[in-house]
Amino acid sequence: MDMNQKLLKRYEELKKRGLTPEQNRKILLELNGEGTHDSPGGSRISDQTGSKDFQRVVNSFYQHNDLQDLQAITALQASYNVTLRSIDELLERDKQREKDGFPRKINVGRLIKPGRGGKEKIVVVPTTVEEKFIHDPNFKPPEEEEEASGGTGDGEEGEVIGEQPVHDPDGSGSGPGQGEGGPHEMESNAYDLGKILTEKFELPNLQDKGKKRSLTRYTYDMTDRNKGFGQLIDKKATLRKIIETNIFLGNLPDLDDIDPTRFLISPSDRIFRVLSREKDYESQAVVFFLRDYSGSMAGKSSDLVVTQHVLIYSWLLYQYAMQVESRFVLHDTEAKEVPDFYSYYNSKVAGGTQVASAYRLVNEIVEKENLARDYNIYVFHGTDGDDWDTTGKEAIPELKKMLKYASRVGVTIAEHGYGSKNNSEVEKYLKNSGLLEEKKSLLRLDVMQENADETRLMEGIKRLISP
Amino acid sequence: MELVDQHTKKIMEGCKERARDAGLRFEDETLEYIVTNRDLIELTPKVMIPTLYDYWVHDVEVLKETGKYELYPANPYETVINTRPAISFYNDNNPDWMNVMIFYHVLAHIDFFQKNLYFQHTWDYDFTGQALSDKRMIAKLRSEKGRWLDYVIEFTRGLDNLVGYHYELSRFAYPDTAIRNKRVDYYFDVFLQSEKKVKISEYIKEIERYNECLKASKKTGEKEFFSDITKKYPEFEALYKKQYKKKTGRKIDLIQFLIEHSEFLKKEENQWMKPVMEVIRKTSIFFQPQIRTKIMNEGWASYWHEKLFLKDDRIKGHEVDFAKAHSGVASLPRVGLNPYALGLRLFQYIEELVDKGKYSVEFKRLLNSSDRKNFDKKTGKGMDFIFKLRQNYNDFLFINTFVDDDFVALHNLFVAGKRLNKNKMVWEYFVKSRNAKDYRQMLLDMLYHPPDIQVDLDRTKNGNLYLVHHFEGKPLVKDFISNTMLGIEYMWGNTVQLETSEVAAVPTSQAAAYVSGPTAGMKEEQKPREIKWESVLYTMKNRRLSRIVIRKI
Repeated sequence: MDMNQKLLKRYEELKKRGLTPEQNRKILLELNGEGTHDSPGGSRISDQTGSKDFQRVVNSFYQHNDLQDLQAITALQASYNVTLRSIDELLERDKQREKDGFPRKINVGRLIKPGRGGKEKIVVVPTTVEEKFIHDPNFKPPEEEEEASGGTGDGEEGEVIGEQPVHDPDGSGSGPGQGEGGPHEMESNAYDLGKILTEKFELPNLQDKGKKRSLTRYTYDMTDRNKGFGQLIDKKATLRKIIETNIFLGNLPDLDDIDPTRFLISPSDRIFRVLSREKDYESQAVVFFLRDYSGSMAGKSSDLVVTQHVLIYSWLLYQYAMQVESRFVLHDTEAKEVPDFYSYYNSKVAGGTQVASAYRLVNEIVEKENLARDYNIYVFHGTDGDDWDTTGKEAIPELKKMLKYASRVGVTIAEHGYGSKNNSEVEKYLKNSGLLEEKKSLLRLDVMQENADETRLMEGIKRLISP
Repeated sequence: MELVDQHTKKIMEGCKERARDAGLRFEDETLEYIVTNRDLIELTPKVMIPTLYDYWVHDVEVLKETGKYELYPANPYETVINTRPAISFYNDNNPDWMNVMIFYHVLAHIDFFQKNLYFQHTWDYDFTGQALSDKRMIAKLRSEKGRWLDYVIEFTRGLDNLVGYHYELSRFAYPDTAIRNKRVDYYFDVFLQSEKKVKISEYIKEIERYNECLKASKKTGEKEFFSDITKKYPEFEALYKKQYKKKTGRKIDLIQFLIEHSEFLKKEENQWMKPVMEVIRKTSIFFQPQIRTKIMNEGWASYWHEKLFLKDDRIKGHEVDFAKAHSGVASLPRVGLNPYALGLRLFQYIEELVDKGKYSVEFKRLLNSSDRKNFDKKTGKGMDFIFKLRQNYNDFLFINTFVDDDFVALHNLFVAGKRLNKNKMVWEYFVKSRNAKDYRQMLLDMLYHPPDIQVDLDRTKNGNLYLVHHFEGKPLVKDFISNTMLGIEYMWGNTVQLETSEVAAVPTSQAAAYVSGPTAGMKEEQKPREIKWESVLYTMKNRRLSRIVIRKI
């Protein structure tokens, strides 16, 4: 059966059961949504006339430049760890901004370029944006819904001249559900973010389970000192060293009248702390990430949910050294498992919403692979709270089933700005079910507004995983 | 960075001779550097200007996806920069024949920088030298003022796309004010156009009447002309006097306005901020012409590297290599936009057009297609003409004037559309229109165009700075409004307001963005999305932003 017809049938069923006008409206919007779940970037289109793939479609004059086009010199940008600044310095600066009365400007974890096929190179970097008054490039007047560009060659008006698969297997991109963004060649490591997060979080309700393999949890301690380079500058030790050097150089003639402007600082004066790694045996775990990628998730909601999951994911990667298994499930009215964080992160939003489908899939996977016996199971679900199954008639039973084996289920609702607060379907039926109270240690709900920032996201994570 | 070796420099000097013989004009001295990846890491955040001031944002990955080219008009990956001497950058392993091609390309760019009037304000100084002294000043101030210096840079950069580039240029071409008659100017330039909004035909009639009056009597003609006007429009005199009373001095942009009128910046302890703001402003103005002549500049450079390379006797035997490299740069893409390809073909098309005398009324009146095809006056003036274009035109004029039916037909151009095929789950590219007018409009829509935001002097009072965004059918990026206004408030030292236009919120507006087209079988009618605009006023007061709707449009 055609996808659309399936959805329509589903819609008719729901209508028979009775819908409020508001619910009806939301469903219709998603049903009529034009979006598709494609991974962005790498826009290669195949030419029907038989010649090989088109080049990436460049839709702006200004993306061309001489270094690249004439000399094939590729774009490079310095990363913060190539230049002198450490993330500590940047965050320090940001804190100072807040004290000075300006909003923070550094985002952590907004950019990511994971590899495919299990080679998860998580890339988390501090980013910022320079705000100006500019015309909104995403705005299109209604008569120009389609994206226009230039073309040359044969073809009658209206004739299709090329196709590009929506699900591009080799695409690369950045930004959740954003599409077209150019690939970022940034490479860094998750160390800094992981470090920050690790100070804050720990998986709750871990139990000794199974004998498949022992999960090694690493604890890191910043005890070792190192001259010249390292992860975290030891300010006290560095200052001491600088003074030592300058006493030696004779720059400190009078102890009562110290003039630090005369000090010379040698690179080897900088003392850093480096890690020593200690092993720690712990239970193993599998974490399910569930993401609602229905049409209503367009924009901020997806951004928030995905960013939060990036944070959780990079923390797990760091803290448990990739020995926690992660599984990724996307759902609209149907759920599917995707192989890696990349697909999970980049898939675009479209379609309707059935939360139950995702819960059902997780239950099926757990049952089929008998995961409950050997693993601690964690489920993180991100949604905007819309559900065609408005009363949770299907979702709640699946959730109850899940709570029988899960160590923690964390649901994040990123509410839309236009709706009323704390009034989404998912939130309502979760509350009505009483599960939030009854299974307090197993089920957590975090509801945030569309305008939530990094700090709010971190708070949310804490709420989801706090013991 | 290292200079190219003597062997390569000699090749460059040979290129210069040949380029000059062909008519290109540029200063003798140039500097060619080899760049490594490491150099590029340092250069690209500084838009290839080695001496640009330091700023912490240069060291951080910047999210550029939202309107990248609107935010950063300066291209960080140019091969040649508009300095004195001009500096260009090269791979260290380019073969000689390729360097010849690139050198011609670079020389044509230098010619363009130094002869195109949109660059006139960059002609009398060396930007790298200026930038170096600015950089030192900023470094010195940073050591004194610390992070506050970076705030000033940040907040001023928030406005650096609104700089008065055209005011700056207009100074070079202003007619002598002494001989202008202000009353006549006001009547034709302001009164008829803005106050009365008369039709063009009426406007022309008035011009004719004015000329008639002057012809009738040189002395009293003008008086007579205006006596009729006061009869017809009794309010004219009053309006003229009111207008005349307004300060009619030079026009200034927002950054200049802040520098000159901000009470906050006038304070003794804040004086140091002004030169910093001026540096940011000057830097932005320096880069402005680049993005406004991208298509012409790349077209011009491609035109010459092709022409001169093929004539160059030193690289015989590399024609095939050249053909490959050249077509990689300058072939028209099946779908997409390429400034090299478009600019090159336009220059070639125009040259032929003028050579055959087709850029004339006589040709335009011809309707018979075979007459049009065979039309050839053999004027031989094509080359002269494209040199004139390179002196006087920018991208807008270039495209608006010369992308016509014949050009679009000649190269088989079309507007390409992209739509989703749900059954096959593919994006389909299709021929949307072959109409030259549509094609031209599509190109014009793609050109860089910052918003027009001005200080409204009438409503700027009691310390309140009132900005008006002259709406051109596109809203501003909402997320950026708050921080930009916060910066202005800081530098202004008082409340700041911005009047702009936004899409009126209808209950479904959020979702409407992805709704289009009815789905088969749906009973509910989906109306085509209709946009209602409303005029809104943002107010930034004590670092808090508020927004009210002023009126529906």
